[in-house]
Amino acid sequence: MKLIKKDFPIFKRKINNKKLIYLDSSSTSQKPKTVINAIKDFYENNNANINRGIHTLGNEATELYENTRKNVANFINSDKNEIVFVKNTTEAINLVAHCYVKPKLNSGDFILLTEMEHHSNLIPWQIIAKEKNTKLKFIPVNENGLLDLDKAKKLLSEKPKFFALTHISNFLGTINDVKELVTLSHYYGVPILVDAAQSAPHIKIDVKDLDCDFLAFSAHKMLGPAGVGVLYGKKKLLDSMEIIFGGGGMILEADYNNFIPRESPYKFEAGTPNIADVVAFSEAVKYLEKIGMDKIEKYEKELTDYAYLKLSKIKNIKIYGSNIKNRSSLISFNYFDNSERLIHPHDIATIMDEEGIALRAGHHCVMPLHKKLNIPASIRISFYIYNSKADINKFIRVLDKVNKIFNKK
Amino acid sequence: MKSEEIYQEIILDYWRNPKNYGKLENPDISFRDTNPSCGDIIEIAIKIGKNNIIENIKFNGSGCIISQVSASMLTELVKNKSLEDIKNLKKEEILNMLGIELSGMRLKCALLSLKVLKFGVYNYLGEENDREE
Repeated sequence: MKLIKKDFPIFKRKINNKKLIYLDSSSTSQKPKTVINAIKDFYENNNANINRGIHTLGNEATELYENTRKNVANFINSDKNEIVFVKNTTEAINLVAHCYVKPKLNSGDFILLTEMEHHSNLIPWQIIAKEKNTKLKFIPVNENGLLDLDKAKKLLSEKPKFFALTHISNFLGTINDVKELVTLSHYYGVPILVDAAQSAPHIKIDVKDLDCDFLAFSAHKMLGPAGVGVLYGKKKLLDSMEIIFGGGGMILEADYNNFIPRESPYKFEAGTPNIADVVAFSEAVKYLEKIGMDKIEKYEKELTDYAYLKLSKIKNIKIYGSNIKNRSSLISFNYFDNSERLIHPHDIATIMDEEGIALRAGHHCVMPLHKKLNIPASIRISFYIYNSKADINKFIRVLDKVNKIFNKK
Repeated sequence: MKSEEIYQEIILDYWRNPKNYGKLENPDISFRDTNPSCGDIIEIAIKIGKNNIIENIKFNGSGCIISQVSASMLTELVKNKSLEDIKNLKKEEILNMLGIELSGMRLKCALLSLKVLKFGVYNYLGEENDREE
Protein backbone atom coordinates (compact mmCIF):
# COMPACT_ATOMS: atom_id res chain seq x y z
CA MET A 1 0.00 0.00 0.00
CA LYS A 2 3.03 2.26 0.06
CA LEU A 3 2.51 3.90 -3.31
CA ILE A 4 -1.12 4.75 -2.69
CA LYS A 5 -0.48 8.27 -1.36
CA LYS A 6 0.73 9.15 -4.86
CA ASP A 7 -2.79 8.58 -6.20
CA PHE A 8 -4.14 11.35 -3.96
CA PRO A 9 -3.11 14.84 -5.15
CA ILE A 10 -3.86 16.48 -1.78
CA PHE A 11 -0.81 14.84 -0.23
CA LYS A 12 1.38 17.20 -2.24
CA ARG A 13 -0.05 19.94 -0.07
CA LYS A 14 2.03 21.37 2.78
CA ILE A 15 0.32 22.44 6.00
CA ASN A 16 2.33 24.99 7.95
CA ASN A 17 5.31 23.92 5.84
CA LYS A 18 4.91 20.33 6.99
CA LYS A 19 3.86 17.27 5.07
CA LEU A 20 0.11 16.70 5.45
CA ILE A 21 -0.79 13.77 7.65
CA TYR A 22 -4.51 13.18 7.37
CA LEU A 23 -6.06 11.34 10.30
CA ASP A 24 -9.65 12.49 9.83
CA SER A 25 -11.07 10.08 7.27
CA SER A 26 -14.08 9.23 9.43
CA SER A 27 -15.21 12.81 8.76
CA THR A 28 -14.49 12.63 5.07
CA SER A 29 -11.96 10.80 2.96
CA GLN A 30 -9.48 12.28 0.52
CA LYS A 31 -10.05 11.69 -3.19
CA PRO A 32 -7.89 9.86 -5.71
CA LYS A 33 -7.00 11.53 -8.99
CA THR A 34 -9.32 9.20 -10.94
CA VAL A 35 -12.35 10.54 -9.02
CA ILE A 36 -11.30 14.17 -9.40
CA ASN A 37 -10.66 13.67 -13.12
CA ALA A 38 -14.01 11.96 -13.62
CA ILE A 39 -15.83 15.11 -12.46
CA LYS A 40 -13.84 17.29 -14.84
CA ASP A 41 -14.24 14.74 -17.61
CA PHE A 42 -18.00 14.66 -17.27
CA TYR A 43 -18.37 18.43 -17.50
CA GLU A 44 -15.91 18.64 -20.40
CA ASN A 45 -17.32 15.78 -22.46
CA ASN A 46 -20.71 14.46 -21.41
CA ASN A 47 -22.62 17.17 -19.58
CA ALA A 48 -26.39 17.06 -20.10
CA ASN A 49 -29.46 16.37 -18.01
CA ILE A 50 -30.47 12.75 -17.49
CA ASN A 51 -33.70 10.93 -18.40
CA ARG A 52 -34.80 13.76 -20.67
CA GLY A 53 -33.38 14.61 -24.08
CA ILE A 54 -32.88 12.09 -26.82
CA HIS A 55 -29.70 13.79 -27.94
CA THR A 56 -26.34 12.06 -27.74
CA LEU A 57 -25.12 13.90 -24.64
CA GLY A 58 -28.39 13.24 -22.80
CA ASN A 59 -28.11 9.55 -23.53
CA GLU A 60 -24.47 9.43 -22.48
CA ALA A 61 -25.14 11.27 -19.23
CA THR A 62 -28.06 8.95 -18.40
CA GLU A 63 -25.97 5.90 -19.17
CA LEU A 64 -23.05 7.08 -17.02
CA TYR A 65 -25.39 7.92 -14.13
CA GLU A 66 -27.12 4.54 -14.34
CA ASN A 67 -23.75 2.81 -14.61
CA THR A 68 -22.91 4.07 -11.14
CA ARG A 69 -26.15 2.58 -9.88
CA LYS A 70 -25.06 -0.78 -11.31
CA ASN A 71 -21.55 -0.47 -9.87
CA VAL A 72 -22.83 0.49 -6.43
CA ALA A 73 -25.33 -2.38 -6.53
CA ASN A 74 -22.52 -4.82 -7.34
CA PHE A 75 -20.39 -3.29 -4.59
CA ILE A 76 -22.96 -4.20 -1.91
CA ASN A 77 -24.46 -7.22 -3.73
CA SER A 78 -27.92 -5.76 -4.35
CA ASP A 79 -30.11 -5.29 -7.40
CA LYS A 80 -29.66 -1.96 -9.18
CA ASN A 81 -33.32 -1.10 -8.66
CA GLU A 82 -32.72 -1.20 -4.92
CA ILE A 83 -30.26 1.72 -5.02
CA VAL A 84 -31.70 5.21 -4.43
CA PHE A 85 -29.33 8.14 -4.91
CA VAL A 86 -29.67 10.84 -2.28
CA LYS A 87 -27.45 13.61 -0.93
CA ASN A 88 -25.87 11.69 1.96
CA THR A 89 -26.48 9.12 4.68
CA THR A 90 -28.48 11.65 6.67
CA GLU A 91 -30.92 12.20 3.82
CA ALA A 92 -31.25 8.44 3.28
CA ILE A 93 -32.22 7.92 6.93
CA ASN A 94 -34.64 10.86 6.86
CA LEU A 95 -36.26 9.39 3.74
CA VAL A 96 -36.90 6.06 5.48
CA ALA A 97 -38.11 7.83 8.63
CA HIS A 98 -40.65 9.99 6.79
CA CYS A 99 -41.74 7.69 3.96
CA TYR A 100 -41.57 4.22 5.50
CA VAL A 101 -41.77 4.46 9.28
CA LYS A 102 -43.86 7.57 10.01
CA PRO A 103 -47.01 6.44 8.15
CA LYS A 104 -47.01 3.21 10.22
CA LEU A 105 -46.60 4.88 13.63
CA ASN A 106 -49.39 5.03 16.16
CA SER A 107 -49.25 6.58 19.61
CA GLY A 108 -47.91 4.05 22.08
CA ASP A 109 -45.45 2.64 19.53
CA PHE A 110 -41.72 2.98 19.91
CA ILE A 111 -38.67 3.04 17.66
CA LEU A 112 -35.53 1.21 18.77
CA LEU A 113 -32.08 2.82 18.45
CA THR A 114 -28.77 2.41 20.29
CA GLU A 115 -26.88 4.74 22.60
CA MET A 116 -24.00 5.01 20.13
CA GLU A 117 -25.83 6.60 17.22
CA HIS A 118 -24.51 9.56 15.27
CA HIS A 119 -26.92 12.52 15.31
CA SER A 120 -27.88 11.56 11.75
CA ASN A 121 -29.43 8.33 13.03
CA LEU A 122 -31.03 9.98 16.04
CA ILE A 123 -32.52 13.36 15.18
CA PRO A 124 -34.66 12.13 12.23
CA TRP A 125 -36.29 9.62 14.60
CA GLN A 126 -36.78 12.29 17.27
CA ILE A 127 -38.57 14.43 14.71
CA ILE A 128 -41.09 11.78 13.64
CA ALA A 129 -41.49 10.46 17.19
CA LYS A 130 -42.53 13.93 18.40
CA GLU A 131 -44.86 14.36 15.50
CA LYS A 132 -46.59 11.00 16.09
CA ASN A 133 -46.44 11.08 19.88
CA THR A 134 -44.32 7.93 20.07
CA LYS A 135 -41.22 7.00 22.03
CA LEU A 136 -37.61 6.18 21.30
CA LYS A 137 -35.82 3.45 23.22
CA PHE A 138 -32.10 2.80 23.26
CA ILE A 139 -29.96 -0.32 23.50
CA PRO A 140 -27.32 0.59 26.11
CA VAL A 141 -23.59 0.65 25.47
CA ASN A 142 -21.59 -1.18 28.14
CA GLU A 143 -18.27 -0.12 29.68
CA ASN A 144 -16.39 -2.00 26.94
CA GLY A 145 -18.05 0.09 24.26
CA LEU A 146 -20.24 -2.79 23.08
CA LEU A 147 -24.00 -3.05 22.77
CA ASP A 148 -25.73 -4.91 25.56
CA LEU A 149 -27.15 -7.84 23.58
CA ASP A 150 -29.36 -9.16 26.38
CA LYS A 151 -31.01 -5.78 26.61
CA ALA A 152 -31.28 -5.71 22.80
CA LYS A 153 -33.18 -9.00 22.86
CA LYS A 154 -35.49 -7.77 25.57
CA LEU A 155 -36.26 -4.51 23.77
CA LEU A 156 -36.84 -6.28 20.46
CA SER A 157 -39.24 -8.69 22.13
CA GLU A 158 -41.32 -5.66 23.09
CA LYS A 159 -41.94 -5.27 19.33
CA PRO A 160 -40.71 -1.83 18.30
CA LYS A 161 -42.16 -0.48 15.06
CA PHE A 162 -38.67 -0.08 13.62
CA PHE A 163 -35.03 -0.64 14.54
CA ALA A 164 -32.18 1.56 13.28
CA LEU A 165 -28.56 1.11 14.27
CA THR A 166 -25.08 1.95 13.18
CA HIS A 167 -22.82 -0.72 11.74
CA ILE A 168 -19.67 0.97 13.06
CA SER A 169 -19.68 3.69 15.71
CA ASN A 170 -17.97 6.87 14.47
CA PHE A 171 -16.84 7.65 18.03
CA LEU A 172 -16.15 4.30 19.72
CA GLY A 173 -15.05 2.48 16.59
CA THR A 174 -17.12 -0.51 17.70
CA ILE A 175 -18.12 -2.90 14.92
CA ASN A 176 -21.60 -4.10 15.81
CA ASP A 177 -22.63 -7.65 15.01
CA VAL A 178 -25.22 -6.45 12.55
CA LYS A 179 -25.92 -9.85 11.04
CA GLU A 180 -26.88 -11.25 14.43
CA LEU A 181 -29.02 -8.20 15.20
CA VAL A 182 -30.82 -8.40 11.86
CA THR A 183 -31.66 -12.05 12.53
CA LEU A 184 -32.89 -11.17 15.98
CA SER A 185 -34.88 -8.20 14.70
CA HIS A 186 -36.58 -10.28 12.01
CA TYR A 187 -37.35 -13.01 14.54
CA TYR A 188 -39.56 -10.45 16.26
CA GLY A 189 -40.87 -9.16 12.93
CA VAL A 190 -39.16 -5.78 13.23
CA PRO A 191 -37.78 -4.11 10.07
CA ILE A 192 -34.24 -2.79 10.42
CA LEU A 193 -32.07 -0.03 8.94
CA VAL A 194 -28.28 -0.17 9.07
CA ASP A 195 -26.31 3.09 9.06
CA ALA A 196 -23.27 2.03 7.07
CA ALA A 197 -21.63 5.46 6.77
CA GLN A 198 -18.57 4.22 8.69
CA SER A 199 -18.57 0.64 7.45
CA ALA A 200 -19.05 0.83 3.67
CA PRO A 201 -15.65 2.54 3.23
CA HIS A 202 -13.78 -0.02 5.31
CA ILE A 203 -15.33 -3.49 5.20
CA LYS A 204 -17.13 -5.64 2.66
CA ILE A 205 -20.87 -5.06 2.71
CA ASP A 206 -23.15 -7.76 1.36
CA VAL A 207 -26.80 -6.79 1.83
CA LYS A 208 -28.03 -10.27 0.82
CA ASP A 209 -25.85 -11.83 3.49
CA LEU A 210 -26.79 -9.22 6.12
CA ASP A 211 -30.46 -9.39 5.09
CA CYS A 212 -31.10 -5.88 6.43
CA ASP A 213 -34.17 -4.06 5.10
CA PHE A 214 -32.46 -0.71 4.56
CA LEU A 215 -28.84 0.40 4.49
CA ALA A 216 -27.47 3.91 4.10
CA PHE A 217 -24.03 5.30 3.28
CA SER A 218 -22.22 8.32 1.79
CA ALA A 219 -19.84 8.49 -1.16
CA HIS A 220 -17.62 11.15 0.38
CA LYS A 221 -16.36 8.88 3.15
CA MET A 222 -15.28 6.23 0.62
CA LEU A 223 -13.07 8.23 -1.78
CA GLY A 224 -16.06 9.61 -3.70
CA PRO A 225 -17.40 13.16 -4.01
CA ALA A 226 -19.52 14.88 -1.38
CA GLY A 227 -23.20 15.34 -2.16
CA VAL A 228 -23.86 11.71 -3.11
CA GLY A 229 -25.44 9.25 -0.74
CA VAL A 230 -27.01 5.84 -1.18
CA LEU A 231 -30.13 4.37 0.27
CA TYR A 232 -30.39 0.64 -0.27
CA GLY A 233 -33.81 -0.83 0.38
CA LYS A 234 -35.37 -4.20 -0.40
CA LYS A 235 -37.35 -3.68 -3.58
CA LYS A 236 -40.76 -4.54 -2.14
CA LEU A 237 -40.19 -2.15 0.76
CA LEU A 238 -39.11 0.67 -1.54
CA ASP A 239 -42.20 0.00 -3.65
CA SER A 240 -44.43 0.23 -0.58
CA MET A 241 -42.93 3.51 0.59
CA GLU A 242 -44.62 6.86 0.34
CA ILE A 243 -43.10 9.72 -1.61
CA ILE A 244 -41.97 12.97 -0.05
CA PHE A 245 -40.51 14.95 -2.96
CA GLY A 246 -42.42 15.31 -6.17
CA GLY A 247 -41.18 16.94 -9.34
CA GLY A 248 -39.46 16.28 -12.63
CA GLY A 249 -37.94 12.93 -13.39
CA MET A 250 -40.02 10.95 -10.92
CA ILE A 251 -43.33 10.71 -12.75
CA LEU A 252 -44.68 8.35 -15.37
CA GLU A 253 -47.68 10.49 -16.21
CA ALA A 254 -49.26 13.67 -14.90
CA ASP A 255 -52.29 15.85 -15.48
CA TYR A 256 -53.37 18.99 -13.61
CA ASN A 257 -54.68 17.11 -10.62
CA ASN A 258 -52.97 13.74 -10.51
CA PHE A 259 -49.77 11.91 -11.26
CA ILE A 260 -48.53 8.36 -11.56
CA PRO A 261 -45.01 7.94 -10.18
CA ARG A 262 -42.27 5.94 -11.82
CA GLU A 263 -41.30 2.76 -10.04
CA SER A 264 -38.68 2.73 -7.34
CA PRO A 265 -35.91 3.77 -7.09
CA TYR A 266 -36.80 6.54 -9.58
CA LYS A 267 -39.88 7.70 -7.69
CA PHE A 268 -37.54 9.00 -4.96
CA GLU A 269 -35.24 10.95 -7.28
CA ALA A 270 -37.23 14.09 -8.08
CA GLY A 271 -35.48 16.91 -9.87
CA THR A 272 -32.07 17.04 -11.52
CA PRO A 273 -29.68 15.09 -9.32
CA ASN A 274 -25.98 15.61 -8.66
CA ILE A 275 -25.09 13.97 -11.98
CA ALA A 276 -21.35 14.59 -12.27
CA ASP A 277 -20.64 13.52 -8.72
CA VAL A 278 -22.74 10.37 -9.04
CA VAL A 279 -20.83 9.56 -12.23
CA ALA A 280 -17.49 10.15 -10.49
CA PHE A 281 -18.57 7.95 -7.58
CA SER A 282 -18.12 4.99 -9.94
CA GLU A 283 -14.39 5.66 -10.00
CA ALA A 284 -14.25 5.55 -6.19
CA VAL A 285 -16.02 2.20 -6.15
CA LYS A 286 -13.66 0.89 -8.84
CA TYR A 287 -10.65 2.11 -6.90
CA LEU A 288 -11.77 0.29 -3.75
CA GLU A 289 -12.64 -2.88 -5.65
CA LYS A 290 -9.30 -2.88 -7.41
CA ILE A 291 -7.52 -3.08 -4.07
CA GLY A 292 -10.20 -5.35 -2.61
CA MET A 293 -12.26 -4.72 0.52
CA ASP A 294 -10.75 -7.72 2.30
CA LYS A 295 -7.26 -6.36 1.77
CA ILE A 296 -8.37 -2.88 2.88
CA GLU A 297 -9.89 -4.26 6.07
CA LYS A 298 -6.74 -6.25 6.85
CA TYR A 299 -4.41 -3.32 6.20
CA GLU A 300 -6.47 -0.92 8.33
CA LYS A 301 -6.68 -3.41 11.15
CA GLU A 302 -2.91 -3.60 11.19
CA LEU A 303 -2.66 0.20 11.34
CA THR A 304 -5.31 0.50 14.04
CA ASP A 305 -3.77 -2.22 16.22
CA TYR A 306 -0.40 -0.52 15.85
CA ALA A 307 -1.78 2.88 16.90
CA TYR A 308 -3.85 1.38 19.72
CA LEU A 309 -0.82 -0.36 21.19
CA LYS A 310 1.29 2.80 21.00
CA LEU A 311 -1.44 4.98 22.51
CA SER A 312 -2.28 2.58 25.31
CA LYS A 313 1.34 2.71 26.51
CA ILE A 314 1.19 6.47 27.06
CA LYS A 315 0.57 7.65 30.61
CA ASN A 316 -2.56 9.80 31.17
CA ILE A 317 -4.34 8.65 28.01
CA LYS A 318 -7.91 7.40 28.23
CA ILE A 319 -9.09 5.49 25.17
CA TYR A 320 -12.86 5.19 24.67
CA GLY A 321 -14.59 2.11 23.37
CA SER A 322 -13.67 -1.48 22.87
CA ASN A 323 -10.27 -3.14 22.78
CA ILE A 324 -8.72 -3.95 19.43
CA LYS A 325 -10.94 -6.97 18.87
CA ASN A 326 -14.20 -5.33 17.81
CA ARG A 327 -12.71 -2.07 16.61
CA SER A 328 -12.71 -0.50 13.18
CA SER A 329 -10.14 1.98 11.91
CA LEU A 330 -10.55 4.79 14.40
CA ILE A 331 -9.58 5.61 17.98
CA SER A 332 -11.12 8.28 20.23
CA PHE A 333 -9.34 9.31 23.39
CA ASN A 334 -8.55 12.06 25.85
CA TYR A 335 -5.23 13.19 27.24
CA PHE A 336 -4.82 14.50 30.78
CA ASP A 337 -1.99 16.45 32.36
CA ASN A 338 -0.06 15.18 35.38
CA SER A 339 -2.61 16.66 37.77
CA GLU A 340 -5.39 14.75 35.94
CA ARG A 341 -6.76 17.88 34.35
CA LEU A 342 -8.18 17.36 30.86
CA ILE A 343 -6.02 18.83 28.14
CA HIS A 344 -8.79 20.13 25.94
CA PRO A 345 -8.99 18.37 22.55
CA HIS A 346 -8.91 21.74 20.79
CA ASP A 347 -5.54 22.51 22.31
CA ILE A 348 -4.20 19.18 21.10
CA ALA A 349 -5.71 19.72 17.65
CA THR A 350 -4.03 23.14 17.44
CA ILE A 351 -0.61 21.71 18.26
CA MET A 352 -1.16 18.84 15.82
CA ASP A 353 -2.22 21.22 13.05
CA GLU A 354 0.98 23.16 13.54
CA GLU A 355 2.80 19.94 12.62
CA GLY A 356 0.64 19.22 9.58
CA ILE A 357 -1.54 16.63 11.31
CA ALA A 358 -5.31 16.80 10.71
CA LEU A 359 -7.45 15.08 13.31
CA ARG A 360 -10.86 15.61 14.84
CA ALA A 361 -11.50 17.32 18.15
CA GLY A 362 -15.02 17.72 19.46
CA HIS A 363 -18.06 15.57 20.11
CA HIS A 364 -18.10 14.04 16.59
CA CYS A 365 -21.89 14.48 16.35
CA VAL A 366 -22.35 12.00 19.20
CA MET A 367 -23.27 14.45 21.94
CA PRO A 368 -25.54 12.16 24.01
CA LEU A 369 -22.80 9.53 24.46
CA HIS A 370 -20.25 12.22 25.40
CA LYS A 371 -22.72 13.43 28.01
CA LYS A 372 -23.14 9.88 29.32
CA LEU A 373 -19.36 9.53 29.62
CA ASN A 374 -19.27 12.99 31.20
CA ILE A 375 -16.69 14.42 28.80
CA PRO A 376 -17.09 17.69 26.88
CA ALA A 377 -15.15 16.48 23.86
CA SER A 378 -12.57 14.00 22.68
CA ILE A 379 -9.80 13.55 20.13
CA ARG A 380 -10.34 11.15 17.29
CA ILE A 381 -7.81 9.73 14.87
CA SER A 382 -9.15 7.72 11.95
CA PHE A 383 -7.32 5.88 9.21
CA TYR A 384 -7.81 4.96 5.61
CA ILE A 385 -5.89 3.18 2.88
CA TYR A 386 -3.49 6.10 2.32
CA ASN A 387 -2.25 6.17 5.92
CA SER A 388 0.92 4.46 7.06
CA LYS A 389 2.69 3.48 10.25
CA ALA A 390 4.99 6.44 9.62
CA ASP A 391 1.92 8.73 9.97
CA ILE A 392 1.16 7.15 13.33
CA ASN A 393 4.75 7.48 14.51
CA LYS A 394 4.71 11.18 13.68
CA PHE A 395 1.40 11.60 15.51
CA ILE A 396 2.83 9.88 18.60
CA ARG A 397 5.88 12.17 18.50
CA VAL A 398 3.65 15.26 18.44
CA LEU A 399 1.63 13.87 21.35
CA ASP A 400 4.89 13.86 23.25
CA LYS A 401 5.27 17.53 22.37
CA VAL A 402 1.81 18.13 23.86
CA ASN A 403 2.94 16.37 27.00
CA LYS A 404 6.07 18.53 27.21
CA ILE A 405 4.07 21.74 26.80
CA PHE A 406 1.41 20.93 29.38
CA ASN A 407 3.59 19.16 31.89
CA LYS A 408 6.52 21.58 31.89
CA LYS A 409 7.93 21.96 35.37
CA MET B 1 -1.54 31.13 14.58
CA LYS B 2 1.63 29.54 15.92
CA SER B 3 1.31 27.05 18.72
CA GLU B 4 4.53 28.41 20.26
CA GLU B 5 2.69 31.69 20.51
CA ILE B 6 -0.42 30.26 22.12
CA TYR B 7 1.38 27.95 24.48
CA GLN B 8 3.93 30.50 25.67
CA GLU B 9 5.11 30.49 29.25
CA ILE B 10 2.87 33.27 30.52
CA ILE B 11 -0.25 31.56 29.22
CA LEU B 12 0.81 28.17 30.56
CA ASP B 13 1.43 29.80 33.94
CA TYR B 14 -2.15 30.99 34.04
CA TRP B 15 -3.31 27.50 33.02
CA ARG B 16 -1.38 25.82 35.81
CA ASN B 17 -2.09 28.44 38.47
CA PRO B 18 -5.22 30.26 37.44
CA LYS B 19 -5.84 33.51 39.31
CA ASN B 20 -9.31 33.93 40.85
CA TYR B 21 -10.31 30.33 40.18
CA GLY B 22 -13.03 29.01 42.46
CA LYS B 23 -16.44 29.85 43.83
CA LEU B 24 -17.95 32.65 45.94
CA GLU B 25 -20.46 32.27 48.72
CA ASN B 26 -23.67 34.22 48.18
CA PRO B 27 -22.54 36.08 45.09
CA ASP B 28 -24.52 39.08 43.84
CA ILE B 29 -24.00 38.00 40.26
CA SER B 30 -23.57 34.45 39.06
CA PHE B 31 -23.69 33.57 35.41
CA ARG B 32 -22.66 30.60 33.29
CA ASP B 33 -22.41 29.89 29.58
CA THR B 34 -20.92 27.34 27.22
CA ASN B 35 -19.53 27.15 23.72
CA PRO B 36 -21.63 24.35 22.29
CA SER B 37 -19.18 23.65 19.47
CA CYS B 38 -16.26 22.81 21.76
CA GLY B 39 -17.82 22.35 25.19
CA ASP B 40 -15.98 25.18 26.94
CA ILE B 41 -17.77 26.13 30.14
CA ILE B 42 -17.26 29.37 32.08
CA GLU B 43 -19.06 30.43 35.24
CA ILE B 44 -18.38 33.80 36.82
CA ALA B 45 -19.45 34.88 40.31
CA ILE B 46 -19.21 38.44 41.57
CA LYS B 47 -19.53 40.16 44.93
CA ILE B 48 -20.46 43.81 44.56
CA GLY B 49 -19.37 46.51 46.98
CA LYS B 50 -20.13 50.22 47.39
CA ASN B 51 -20.86 52.29 44.27
CA ASN B 52 -21.32 49.17 42.19
CA ILE B 53 -17.66 48.27 42.43
CA ILE B 54 -16.60 44.65 41.89
CA GLU B 55 -15.27 43.72 45.29
CA ASN B 56 -14.53 40.09 44.55
CA ILE B 57 -14.76 37.90 41.49
CA LYS B 58 -14.15 34.22 40.84
CA PHE B 59 -14.50 32.00 37.82
CA ASN B 60 -14.66 28.28 37.31
CA GLY B 61 -15.32 25.93 34.46
CA SER B 62 -13.52 23.72 32.05
CA GLY B 63 -12.32 23.89 28.50
CA CYS B 64 -9.43 24.76 26.30
CA ILE B 65 -6.46 26.73 27.53
CA ILE B 66 -7.58 29.89 25.74
CA SER B 67 -11.04 29.91 27.30
CA GLN B 68 -9.71 29.27 30.80
CA VAL B 69 -6.73 31.64 30.67
CA SER B 70 -8.74 34.49 29.18
CA ALA B 71 -11.31 34.06 31.96
CA SER B 72 -8.59 34.22 34.57
CA MET B 73 -7.01 37.31 33.03
CA LEU B 74 -10.41 38.96 32.70
CA THR B 75 -11.21 38.50 36.39
CA GLU B 76 -7.90 40.16 37.27
CA LEU B 77 -8.61 43.03 34.92
CA VAL B 78 -12.08 43.84 36.27
CA LYS B 79 -11.52 43.46 39.98
CA ASN B 80 -12.16 46.82 41.71
CA LYS B 81 -13.75 48.23 38.58
CA SER B 82 -17.34 49.48 38.45
CA LEU B 83 -20.16 47.76 36.63
CA GLU B 84 -20.28 50.78 34.33
CA ASP B 85 -16.65 50.04 33.38
CA ILE B 86 -17.66 46.49 32.47
CA LYS B 87 -20.30 47.81 30.12
CA ASN B 88 -17.59 49.75 28.32
CA LEU B 89 -15.18 46.83 28.12
CA LYS B 90 -14.17 46.06 24.54
CA LYS B 91 -13.27 42.63 23.22
CA GLU B 92 -10.00 44.06 21.87
CA GLU B 93 -8.86 44.57 25.45
CA ILE B 94 -9.21 40.84 26.13
CA LEU B 95 -7.41 39.92 22.95
CA ASN B 96 -4.60 42.39 23.70
CA MET B 97 -4.26 40.94 27.15
CA LEU B 98 -3.87 37.44 25.74
CA GLY B 99 -1.38 38.83 23.25
CA ILE B 100 -1.93 36.14 20.64
CA GLU B 101 -3.45 36.31 17.25
CA LEU B 102 -6.64 34.28 17.11
CA SER B 103 -9.16 33.56 14.44
CA GLY B 104 -12.45 31.78 13.86
CA MET B 105 -13.35 29.15 16.41
CA ARG B 106 -10.58 30.07 18.82
CA LEU B 107 -11.83 33.66 18.96
CA LYS B 108 -15.05 32.35 20.51
CA CYS B 109 -13.00 30.49 23.14
CA ALA B 110 -11.16 33.69 24.04
CA LEU B 111 -14.32 35.80 24.31
CA LEU B 112 -16.61 33.40 26.17
CA SER B 113 -15.70 34.83 29.59
CA LEU B 114 -16.40 38.39 28.45
CA LYS B 115 -19.77 37.28 27.13
CA VAL B 116 -20.60 35.65 30.47
CA LEU B 117 -19.43 38.68 32.44
CA LYS B 118 -21.44 41.15 30.36
CA PHE B 119 -24.57 39.01 30.46
CA GLY B 120 -24.26 38.78 34.22
CA VAL B 121 -23.75 42.50 34.69
CA TYR B 122 -26.54 43.61 32.38
CA ASN B 123 -28.82 41.06 33.97
CA TYR B 124 -27.98 42.41 37.46
CA LEU B 125 -28.60 45.99 36.38
CA GLY B 126 -31.83 44.97 34.69
CA GLU B 127 -30.71 46.57 31.46
CA GLU B 128 -30.56 45.45 27.86
CA ASN B 129 -27.19 45.18 26.17
CA ASP B 130 -27.86 47.12 22.99
CA ARG B 131 -24.24 47.91 22.15
CA GLU B 132 -22.47 46.64 19.11
CA GLU B 133 -20.11 43.89 20.19
